[in-house]
Amino acid sequence: MAGPLLRTEHLSREVAGKKIVDDISLEICAGDVLAVVGPSAAGKSSLLRLLNRLDEPTAGTVYLDGVDYRRIAPREVRRRIGLVLQTPHLFPSTVAENLRFGPRQRGEILPESAVRRFLEGVGLAGYENRDVYHLSGGEAQRVNIARTLANSPEIILLDEPTSALDDVSESGVEALIQDLIQKMNLTCLMITHDDTQARRLAKRILVMEKGRQTRLDIVASQSHA
Amino acid sequence: MLSQFLKTPLTLGLGQAAIVVVLCAVVTAFARTYSIHVERENAVGLSRGIVQIVLMGYVLAFALKGPKWVAVIILVGMILAAGVTAARRARGISGALRVSLYGLATGAGLVIVLMTLCGVIEWKIMSLIPIGSMIIATSMNTSAQALERFRSEVVSHTGRIEAALSLGADPVLAVTPYVRSAVEASLIPRIDNLRSLGIVWIPGLMAGMVLAGSDPIYSAIYQFVVIAMLYAAAALSSLTTTLLIRPRAFSSAGQLTLRPKKAAAH
Repeated sequence: MAGPLLRTEHLSREVAGKKIVDDISLEICAGDVLAVVGPSAAGKSSLLRLLNRLDEPTAGTVYLDGVDYRRIAPREVRRRIGLVLQTPHLFPSTVAENLRFGPRQRGEILPESAVRRFLEGVGLAGYENRDVYHLSGGEAQRVNIARTLANSPEIILLDEPTSALDDVSESGVEALIQDLIQKMNLTCLMITHDDTQARRLAKRILVMEKGRQTRLDIVASQSHA
Repeated sequence: MLSQFLKTPLTLGLGQAAIVVVLCAVVTAFARTYSIHVERENAVGLSRGIVQIVLMGYVLAFALKGPKWVAVIILVGMILAAGVTAARRARGISGALRVSLYGLATGAGLVIVLMTLCGVIEWKIMSLIPIGSMIIATSMNTSAQALERFRSEVVSHTGRIEAALSLGADPVLAVTPYVRSAVEASLIPRIDNLRSLGIVWIPGLMAGMVLAGSDPIYSAIYQFVVIAMLYAAAALSSLTTTLLIRPRAFSSAGQLTLRPKKAAAH
């Protein structure tokens, strides 16, 4: 049996004497969907930043497919562990150019057919040439998700992808994530402040408080099927 | 009017300096009414300015009697001091002093050496020090503005830079748009100087040359030469400084370290 795709071992980060992430050890296998929940300042987003290596652990490490990620080039780690940030932060250009950004970083050109396919996948068919300034919050977050998927990540990290959206956009983006998880069999770690959303989308739920993991729950299979 | 009461050059100079210090104090007090607090900076700047320029007067008086290589030592000293001053604008970036010194040595240093070799700047202490100091000072201001602009642009675009990093972008390329805007913004005053030369601005060098008996047309052309040298040195310093500072906004693992204080605490 294949080992976990992503494994953290006593992962910790301390800033100015304060432990932001404290001794987190978890495993995510291919096709797994893990939600991380907890109150504000529990260290959820900081954990995601460590997994994507946007920040450096002060203790412990992350194994990507069994290899310590410090032995892999950081740019390659970030490509393989895709991160969807809470705020889309799209680049000032067209939607298609945003999708092409990731592949271009390693000298690849995303063909038009692939751009169309990714946009259809997130419910934005025909948006290729739209300027990102003219997108609604929900549309921008869909482009953000498509941009990360277009980079062919092995695992996708979602940092509260619906928290900055209005109610209508929130339910639309959540339905999209659920659809993508099922259709693409995504391996996914998502942060949410919403326990019920976590139960709808994830197979397991990790509860964090003050940087530490306090509980790991298995979600009944019918709730996310 | 002042010269009627203050007869010696020293007392006249001190009297004139006292009047402009009062003027600056009035302006500072006016700014304060709008909650713009520049009192400390102005007090320190004016105090340092008068002491430093008088000391430089003594150094010049000494240097004029000495060998030409003294000018080289003075200019190198000026570049070091300018580097320290410009680097203060890049707080939060490690190695800013070294980058600032490299930038000034490349921009100001190269232009002074090349122009002296070409004969545009005369190989005389009386030419080297005043023109060299103008080139160094202009490069320092431009580099400082570029560094400050780069720092503020990166800090205010942290989200977009980290979005690029999370997609596998080369860290240095992720901040390249902010190098462009920093260099462009830092050169605006220099370009305006060139554009307004002779129309709204007749620099002191030309006036001094005419007063010293030089041909007015030659003085005008040479003034243009000096302003163009200032532009070249400033542009080269600004570009070198910002290009060299790019990788220093990141850790060795390509993590953005130049972030707002609040974000850096996560």
